[in-house]
Amino acid sequence: MKYVVWGLVVLLLTIHQDIWFWEDNTLVFGFMPIGLLYHACISLAAGFTWYLATKFAWPLDEEPAANSAANSSTEKSERGASA
Amino acid sequence: MTQLIIICCYLALLLGLGVLASRLFQGTSKDYMLASHSIGPFLLLMSLFGTTMTAFALVGSSGEAYKEGIGVYGMLASSSGIIHSLCFFVLGVKLWKLGQKYGYVTQIQFFRDRFESDKIGILLFPILVGLVIPYLLIGVMASGTVISSVTEGAFTNMFAESDYGVPPWLGSLVICVVVLIYVFFGGMRGTAWANAFQTLVFMALGLVTFLIIADKLGGLQTASEKVVEKHPSKMMRAVTEQEEADHIQQMKIWRKLAAYNWMVDEGDLKLTDEQLTEAHKPLESMKFPPWQAAFRKRRAEARYASENGLLNPLSAEEQLKAEIAQDDRVVKGELSAEKSFKEFPKSGNWQAEALGYFKDQIDHPDKKTEGKMTRKQAMGRYRAMRWAPEAPGEIDPWMFLTYIFVPLSVGMFPHLFQHWLTAKSANSFKLPVVAHPIFIMIVWVPCVLIGVWATSATVGNSNTPLIPPHFNPNGVLAYMVTNLTNPVLAGFLTAGILAAIMSSLDSQFLCIGSIFTNDIVTHYAGKERFSDRQTVLMARLFVVGIVLVTYILSLMGVRRVFTLGVWCFSGFSSLFPLVFAALYWKRMTKAGAYACVAAAFGSWAWLFHASNYGAKPHFSFLGMMPVATMITCSTAALVLVSLITKPPSAETLARFFPDKKT
Repeated sequence: MKYVVWGLVVLLLTIHQDIWFWEDNTLVFGFMPIGLLYHACISLAAGFTWYLATKFAWPLDEEPAANSAANSSTEKSERGASA
Repeated sequence: MTQLIIICCYLALLLGLGVLASRLFQGTSKDYMLASHSIGPFLLLMSLFGTTMTAFALVGSSGEAYKEGIGVYGMLASSSGIIHSLCFFVLGVKLWKLGQKYGYVTQIQFFRDRFESDKIGILLFPILVGLVIPYLLIGVMASGTVISSVTEGAFTNMFAESDYGVPPWLGSLVICVVVLIYVFFGGMRGTAWANAFQTLVFMALGLVTFLIIADKLGGLQTASEKVVEKHPSKMMRAVTEQEEADHIQQMKIWRKLAAYNWMVDEGDLKLTDEQLTEAHKPLESMKFPPWQAAFRKRRAEARYASENGLLNPLSAEEQLKAEIAQDDRVVKGELSAEKSFKEFPKSGNWQAEALGYFKDQIDHPDKKTEGKMTRKQAMGRYRAMRWAPEAPGEIDPWMFLTYIFVPLSVGMFPHLFQHWLTAKSANSFKLPVVAHPIFIMIVWVPCVLIGVWATSATVGNSNTPLIPPHFNPNGVLAYMVTNLTNPVLAGFLTAGILAAIMSSLDSQFLCIGSIFTNDIVTHYAGKERFSDRQTVLMARLFVVGIVLVTYILSLMGVRRVFTLGVWCFSGFSSLFPLVFAALYWKRMTKAGAYACVAAAFGSWAWLFHASNYGAKPHFSFLGMMPVATMITCSTAALVLVSLITKPPSAETLARFFPDKKT
């Protein structure tokens, strides 16, 4: 399923290049230019794709303990500054 | 005055919110900068969305749609819906995890650790702050323009130079001060709250604006049909043959006018009284406002002179000079007949000339006396009657394709990095990832439609365009709101526009303060040297300094918000390979990082210079968006130099790429 999700992201990026509506100014529902409606639908499809991504391809397995900044960057950067 | 009162009330409300948040402020720099990692999904969604949707989204999108048509949505909105969430997903979550683990507050802390290099911070600090400044500039400029437009006529005796409304410099100043105050009081917690509140305000009021404007234009259908009838190219990404032919014809007439004016002003052409009477005869049967009389007479004379063979053929160079003068441009550099008049910059004196021309007719906006006009109208009318006809815009498929790189900027925005770190848990990211593209659609679709409707809207039932040609795109939304709604609503709607602008400015102000104290002051002076209170104070002072610089820059010149935004975002995008490879490519080295930053900065600076510092709105390189070249250069430098230099230490690899099994 993870690969399907990433495949959908690639598909979205591909169909975003809609050369087929380049010269079309048809009004859908009487007011909505078809080129704009198509891209609004891409936005909706993106929302759905990212929903699937959070369900099936979430990058973290577990939640790390909050504020476990034992090895803080400040300490590290201070070491760097004195180096 | 009503609009002004509503705007003032809204700003007071925001200040109150900042003060309320300050009561919950724990007094530590961690709470001030990261709200103690306490932001949940809804507040994270609202603050991330409010931060990314700035003046660029409302003022810029409607202005750009007015100039270029509906294609602007595909270029930036739908692509952002895919790319922004991708960045939240592949970068945000991972960076949040590292931030939790190692206590990062800023991007530079992460890069210093990951590349085992202290100096990378010194290199990145001026570049990141330098790129945030144009981003701030977009908001500061747009807020001044919007407030000035909607408060026109609010005063009776003051600010005549801004049509008796709040001057742009004062509007920008007030917004800067209000945002500074609530950021200073509330820190990241106040910023997140204010962002959430303002995001709700601008989304709700945006939809109301859209419906009211549609209604005033005769309904959704009528408004769109008018555009298809008058400017069909605005409803697609190509230009119709008819519009192309019409433009060529208009340019022919304009060129004759330029030649005639030049021969009269610079040469020895002078029509006799009889010829002038004959030339002006067709005007007798025409109806037009009195202010157009002088312009129309000149046009009629040019036509008469051309039809009767009185215009001596000009040499190519003379014709170019005539067109430069007619379009109020100045000769800078070589004057070659090969060039188009559009390649020369606009004269700085045209506003003075326009105002001088109409000086007896300029008055207070509330005085509706026959023949009177505001200063803005005077300049608009001068431009409309004198300058070359605007060419219908089309979008090049290669430019459209390479625009997809621009939203990658989100991956390197320092203020978004800081917002990511405020999340309570990784799961807090899920809602923003899913809802962001849909929220973009809710805001952008109405703005784009308002922008294209503005191209063809007319005054009442007449044929007079509501917005004259050569109108400043930054002012389109405010102009539509002011002219098509009542004062109370216009005040609320302006508050909504300002909400969008301020919800980005606040995060940026807070962020630059954070990177200054964490990456420069505390980093070099040591954490023990200053108390938490002193650290917060230093952050505030640095922010004031940067805001002051931005404010001064905003007074110096006007650029299209959209163009400025695209250059700023392109700079951040060119650094995207740096953060992506740092998280996902073990072989990336310190030298590779330096090479990437140098290549990104070098290519950005070179191309920005070639575009005349953003003055050419349609600038392309190799037929593509400049950002494509920048990303190619920075990626190539990163990969090549990393491959030929020593890999990172085992300790660093263990910190950033731990074995999943352990």
